[in-house]
Amino acid sequence: MATLTGRRGSFAATRGEIRKRRIIDRLMVGSMIAVTALVCSVLFIIIAYIFYRGVSYINWEFLTSNPRPVGSEGGGIVNAIVGSLILVGIASVMAVPVGVGAAIFIGEFPSPRLQRAVRFMADVLTGVPSIVVGLFAYALIVEPTGTFSGWAGSAALGFIIVPIVLITAQEALRLVPGSLREAALALGVPRWRVIMLVVVPAARRALLTGLILATARALGETAPLIFTTLGNNFWNTDPSRPLSALPLVIYRYAVGPYQEEHRQAWAAAFMLLAVVFFISLMTRVVFRSRYEE
Amino acid sequence: MEVGDMGLPKPVARESVESLRSSKSLTPTRRSHLSDRIFFHVTRSLAVLVLILSLLLVFELLRGSAEARAEFGIGFIWGTTWDPVAEQFSTLPTITGTLAKAFLSLLIAVPVSLGTAIFLAIYAPRWIRTPLSYIVESLASIPSVIIGLWGLFIMVPVVRVLQIWLKDNFGWFPLFSGPAIFGVGVLAAGIILAIMITPIIAAISRDVIRTVPRAQMEGLLALGATRWEAIWKVVLPYGRAGIIGAVILGLGRAVGETMAVTMVGGNAFKLVTSLFDPVHSMASQIASEFTEADSNLYVSSLIYVGLVLFAITVVIEIVAQLMIWRITKGQGEARHQA
Amino acid sequence: MRTGSIGRFPLFAVFAVMSLLFLLAACGSDPTATPTIAPAATNTPTATPRSTPTPTTPGQATPTPTQPAGAKVEVCPTQRVKGLTGAGATFPFPLYSKMFDEYNKVCGVKVNYQSIGSGGGIRQLQARTVDFGGSDGIMTAQQKAEAAGGPVLHVPMVAGAVAVIYNLPGIPSGAVKLDPDVLVDIYLKKITKWNDPRIAALNSGVSLPNSDIAVVHRSDGSGTTYIFTSYLSAVSDAWKNGPGAATSVNWPGDIGGQGNAGVAGQVRQIPGAIGYVELAYAHQNNLTYAQLKNSSGKYVEPSLETAKFAADVPTLPDHMEVVIVNSSNPNAYPITGFTWLLIYENQADAAKADAVARLAWWMIHDGQQYAVPLDYVPLEGAAVTKVENLIKKIKVNGQPVIK
Repeated sequence: MATLTGRRGSFAATRGEIRKRRIIDRLMVGSMIAVTALVCSVLFIIIAYIFYRGVSYINWEFLTSNPRPVGSEGGGIVNAIVGSLILVGIASVMAVPVGVGAAIFIGEFPSPRLQRAVRFMADVLTGVPSIVVGLFAYALIVEPTGTFSGWAGSAALGFIIVPIVLITAQEALRLVPGSLREAALALGVPRWRVIMLVVVPAARRALLTGLILATARALGETAPLIFTTLGNNFWNTDPSRPLSALPLVIYRYAVGPYQEEHRQAWAAAFMLLAVVFFISLMTRVVFRSRYEE
Repeated sequence: MEVGDMGLPKPVARESVESLRSSKSLTPTRRSHLSDRIFFHVTRSLAVLVLILSLLLVFELLRGSAEARAEFGIGFIWGTTWDPVAEQFSTLPTITGTLAKAFLSLLIAVPVSLGTAIFLAIYAPRWIRTPLSYIVESLASIPSVIIGLWGLFIMVPVVRVLQIWLKDNFGWFPLFSGPAIFGVGVLAAGIILAIMITPIIAAISRDVIRTVPRAQMEGLLALGATRWEAIWKVVLPYGRAGIIGAVILGLGRAVGETMAVTMVGGNAFKLVTSLFDPVHSMASQIASEFTEADSNLYVSSLIYVGLVLFAITVVIEIVAQLMIWRITKGQGEARHQA
Repeated sequence: MRTGSIGRFPLFAVFAVMSLLFLLAACGSDPTATPTIAPAATNTPTATPRSTPTPTTPGQATPTPTQPAGAKVEVCPTQRVKGLTGAGATFPFPLYSKMFDEYNKVCGVKVNYQSIGSGGGIRQLQARTVDFGGSDGIMTAQQKAEAAGGPVLHVPMVAGAVAVIYNLPGIPSGAVKLDPDVLVDIYLKKITKWNDPRIAALNSGVSLPNSDIAVVHRSDGSGTTYIFTSYLSAVSDAWKNGPGAATSVNWPGDIGGQGNAGVAGQVRQIPGAIGYVELAYAHQNNLTYAQLKNSSGKYVEPSLETAKFAADVPTLPDHMEVVIVNSSNPNAYPITGFTWLLIYENQADAAKADAVARLAWWMIHDGQQYAVPLDYVPLEGAAVTKVENLIKKIKVNGQPVIK
């Protein structure tokens, strides 16, 4: 940095000044440690409360039965758990091929204009508020089909997943050394086989990490589901009709006045958080160990 | 990969495959294998699909809001009436509510996340760095509805006590005017948003700071500077654009965040005058009124709010991307190896 | 780089786990095999409608709902239907949620009712995204005109009282008395302290705190709001010419809560708060409510009895679209209203029309037994006949579903 030359001598100083500077240094380091500790403790407090309030309610009935009429005790969230799995499952099935396919195209074929446009759009899409995505899915699917449905909810989640998958996939493919491609191509293997059998497998870890983390993110999304999948008080596995979902249940129960529903909201939050953390932890353990420092 | 974990964009250098990609021979020609051409067209149509979907999103927002735009025009943005009975809609209070909450959250989150980022990138010994990074990222992966749940039941009562204390002791300060007993409101939402954007800003800033060449800092240290001085004079100026980008990205998230804000924000339609005011933000207004709006113009107005929100976040996003891109350009590969 | 050394294991492991989860989700009949769930999954033969409404659900201890005398109408759908979706009013949700749970036991038909607010019921019916709407507000002429499926029937189900709830630690339910003017001025934010002289004047002997009043209203389109604001408009010109009466209004108040549940939740959380919710929400959650001065100058608590007096309107119109706030009956609680199912008169889908009509029929007969325990006023006497006639208007291709 050119600025350095101009600063010569500015660090030489009297003993008193040096002490003052040392103290400032210590103070700054201290406050940095303090804020880092603050961040960690906030996480700890949140998790501790979710655990403390949630875990005591979890029992077999809660995990395996459907909701009971409001105001009555008991009942569970099995329909919401299953609904969430269906919604996220369909969303992934729809979104992953699009995201990965688009990433392969912009990563492996020369088309700078399209590449820049797609990547730019993907970046912008990651910043689109999820509630706006919900509006989009309502206008695009719910209104024309004339019914709230799991499909609409999945589409909204898929729309949120696509740019995340696309970006992580593109980065993953980029990490594959060109020499690998060249070597395979030199053997006369068709381009698509090189990509599918050499490049994609080589980027496997990073690809899967991205996919799974995108899925975990979709699992916790609430806003896009409010006016797409609507919610369901009954057992339903048919995505052409409204499905229940864990985050939706947490929201509805939390803002209501019923103590029983509050307890269930905490327990459902515990479940959801446990799944999300478990997924990210497993991803790290299984896929990431080799990329650590 | 750390940043990408949270679904954040992560600009990376293209050197490694640049030569390969630009080589003409890779575009399937008529001489290419049929399967290659099919593959090329399939992946290209998927890429184009992403573009089409994005345009469709904009199109649907424009179509849905057409009635309200025709009725209220651009004045929708600075009007202050939301009257479903008289069918008069305009949205300045939700815009100000959104921005008040978002900027308050930045005020809290920026120092905290920068401190964390610097600590993680420079001070933290290696054995503690990785677990700490995990912790920060875990905070980002908590679903917003869960943060909202925690905020509503655990944090809001604390905020209520804090607000009453502030009002009793510093009630003369204009920002502490108004009833303090609600608990839900701008302050609660600001704190919740700060919790949610801190890990985002921290993770990106840490990556940005890591791109500062080590030698620069060491040079300054060798001249007798303290570590803080080295950070202040070299690291922060060097990473300025990237850090600002990270902050703007955090702002974008804070503006668009829905669930947690709906749960602790208070959701009243009025111009914000005090930190204690319960006010709607754009996202919370859409979330709580969209399925319930009972006339076409009302629905259209809510979609118009969505369009405004979309426009604001897109602008924020683009600015942030440009700034992060500028600083980390060419550094991505190094970061992945780190 | 390290690509060469990566094992194959994770790829398969992840796909295996994901597909397992997915399979579990897709055909998970196991989790339903619990006593709390009716056995009729949508895609199993048990969902085929039975010809008699005998509750055959095994293991159910619930009493058989008795067929009222004279009603020979089949209450279960006579055609195969996957299930019904309804949305709207939160006001009757505690009751509907109970009714639909029972209806599922009786007929094996799942009626998914989401309490998104009466405005939502109207809107989603207009957009035809639901099979029926729920509302405690009457659709305006404009709302009716915007309904894509033609004329809409307002089929009343029950009546109920809107309680004015408050959160004043130490002050019991019914202790606070309010008159219409004071209530209006609280909601107009002209009275902002609990110990305001005008409130204190009505409540000698109650030690009202020197705290701000947190005025909670509905953030969504709401029939409860419709009933409440209809009342405020009926008693106050300032309100009538100000915010007015509708499912959503331009609130001068402080905090918005989503749904009856949301308002009750906010009031419960905030000391000093005042709000308005359907009585069942107040009772089920032990919320304290105020006595209100009715049009005869008498202070009345919201209750099943006092609401019944209000609902006892001598001449009900045939279309049943009637507001009953501020009743002239000296014993009536003044903030009372009907809640309706909104159903299109002319239906396109024969199976759904059949199901909706028979569901409504069941609700106004067998279903009524669940109203009283939840503090809703059941339909009685002449009203039932009028509502039956309304349900008989539901047609497919010009043919009435229930003759």
